[in-house]
Amino acid sequence: MSKKSLIIGFLILLFFLHQDFWLKDNPSLIFGFLPATLAYHMFWTVAAAFGWWCLVRFAWPPEFEERDSAPSASLPKEGGAEE
Amino acid sequence: MTPVIIVCLYLGLLIILGVVSNRFFRGSPSDYFVASRSMGPFVLFMTVFGTTMTAFAMVGSTGESYRVGVGTYGKIASASALIHSACFFLVGLRLWALGKKHGYMTQIEFFRDRFESRGLGYLLFPILVGLLIPYLLVGLLGAGTVLSGVTRGAFPEVFASTGGAIPPALTSAVISAVVLSYIFMGGVRSAAWANTFQTLVFMLMGLLAFILISSKLGGLSAASQMGDPGKAVRGGNISELQFLTYCLIPLSVGMFPHLFQNCLTSKSSRNFKFMLVAHPISIMITWIPCILIGFWMTGAIMPGTEARIIPEAASPNAVLGIAVGKLATPVISGLVTAGILAAIMSSLDSQFVSVGTMFTRDIVVHLMGKDRFSDKAMVWLARGFISFIVLVTFLFSLAEPRQVFTLGIWCFSGYASLFPLVFAAIYWKRATKAGAYAAVVATAVVWFLLFRASDYGANTSYLVGGMMPVVFMFAACVLTLILVSLITKAPSRRTLVKFFPASKV
Repeated sequence: MSKKSLIIGFLILLFFLHQDFWLKDNPSLIFGFLPATLAYHMFWTVAAAFGWWCLVRFAWPPEFEERDSAPSASLPKEGGAEE
Repeated sequence: MTPVIIVCLYLGLLIILGVVSNRFFRGSPSDYFVASRSMGPFVLFMTVFGTTMTAFAMVGSTGESYRVGVGTYGKIASASALIHSACFFLVGLRLWALGKKHGYMTQIEFFRDRFESRGLGYLLFPILVGLLIPYLLVGLLGAGTVLSGVTRGAFPEVFASTGGAIPPALTSAVISAVVLSYIFMGGVRSAAWANTFQTLVFMLMGLLAFILISSKLGGLSAASQMGDPGKAVRGGNISELQFLTYCLIPLSVGMFPHLFQNCLTSKSSRNFKFMLVAHPISIMITWIPCILIGFWMTGAIMPGTEARIIPEAASPNAVLGIAVGKLATPVISGLVTAGILAAIMSSLDSQFVSVGTMFTRDIVVHLMGKDRFSDKAMVWLARGFISFIVLVTFLFSLAEPRQVFTLGIWCFSGYASLFPLVFAAIYWKRATKAGAYAAVVATAVVWFLLFRASDYGANTSYLVGGMMPVVFMFAACVLTLILVSLITKAPSRRTLVKFFPASKV
């Protein structure tokens, strides 16, 4: 399995783990002040950032690097679209 | 009085920033609208993040957490951590590349070209601008209620009818005037610079408010013990289906016209890398303090008294302003208020520039031709239309106010339900002009019918079959786009070669 597939799989898994039904009635306070569901979603947010970091680091599409070196177009011509 | 002086000094600072950015303004529409595609990674991220976080993120999140508990973070903020970055990667980056290659400045220019239709632009323009008005309204309402909460009792003689507080309408007018002044001077470059500065300000001031309020309430644990235990859980406040269907709403960033324009200012695709990773973490830093303050306020009492900090009848919009006004020293209160206004103005500026750009390029220039106007005239046309939209929004803000969070959700739902259009335009060769028309019309009709059924946003708990209304708007867009595209003529070979050069056409 390629790195790209692994990272995409991780991000999709995260999407499903967002639905924290097992914590929805848990009133405990983590570290004495963070409601359990809030603490879980903070951790989840960090995991999402990690997933994006992996994508940027290991699976960035090479075609955009080529696009960077290409010159910018001038303004589009008016009326280019057809009706 | 002290908080008002600090806020005035802050607004003055922004005007000076506008004057400085004006010295870099080259006078061309390209510079006014997309800053000559010259922004680096830090400014790009701060602009996009500052634009995404508005009154909704600070005033709205605190109020919603106060109303339905800490599940508010999961239902919209943490979902955004994954989905916003996905939109930047799957849509923003691709549109940046297409914009650079073909010279687009607005979404409508892209859609017109991709779907081979001028008329589609005229159909989309009122919808995109119309949906932006509630978003602008969220900012103006948020600014007005926060300053009103902080200054309650400060001017008993001047503003007797509001209990001595600065009237929300006055705050809205001043905020609009300040934002207009600095974007008039430097366009999107001014907005980007101001956003970078203001994003830093509101993140720092949000943390300052959090530390100060928790310390006044006896520390983090003591503050959380005061919160209503029923609001520390999601059960009983937000149903499973509602929580799940909220995940569609962050897709709105893929269709925000102002974010499209922000993405076009990027100098390089590499700038998006930083944004993808920093955006989720920044969402957490901005939202968590507000969510916890909202939770604490569900039961917090004034230190040394038995009185609740938030009066029973208080509007959720006013919770943050009241908490800061009652618990902070005047100087801190002024700084935090400036921070909240920074969050609001950092969105208003990009939105103002965006409506001006769309009107100038997608309507006026498109109808009358580019050669009829000098560069200077085009910039002035944009300024004129921006002023008109600001005036319309200001007049709406004088009507019966809506809850900031709810109004924001309706606006985001509209944009999110159009997301399939931009996604199909980029990735589905078979998406056709007729499919695009059908999808836009169906989405707009369903949005309006549901918005009307919610009493134009007054019903803050409006759901359809236990789900967020966005599900039905989104489904209308997807189904019509697919069905109509499949039974109508495919795009021309010229268009397919232009937008899908790597694939076989």
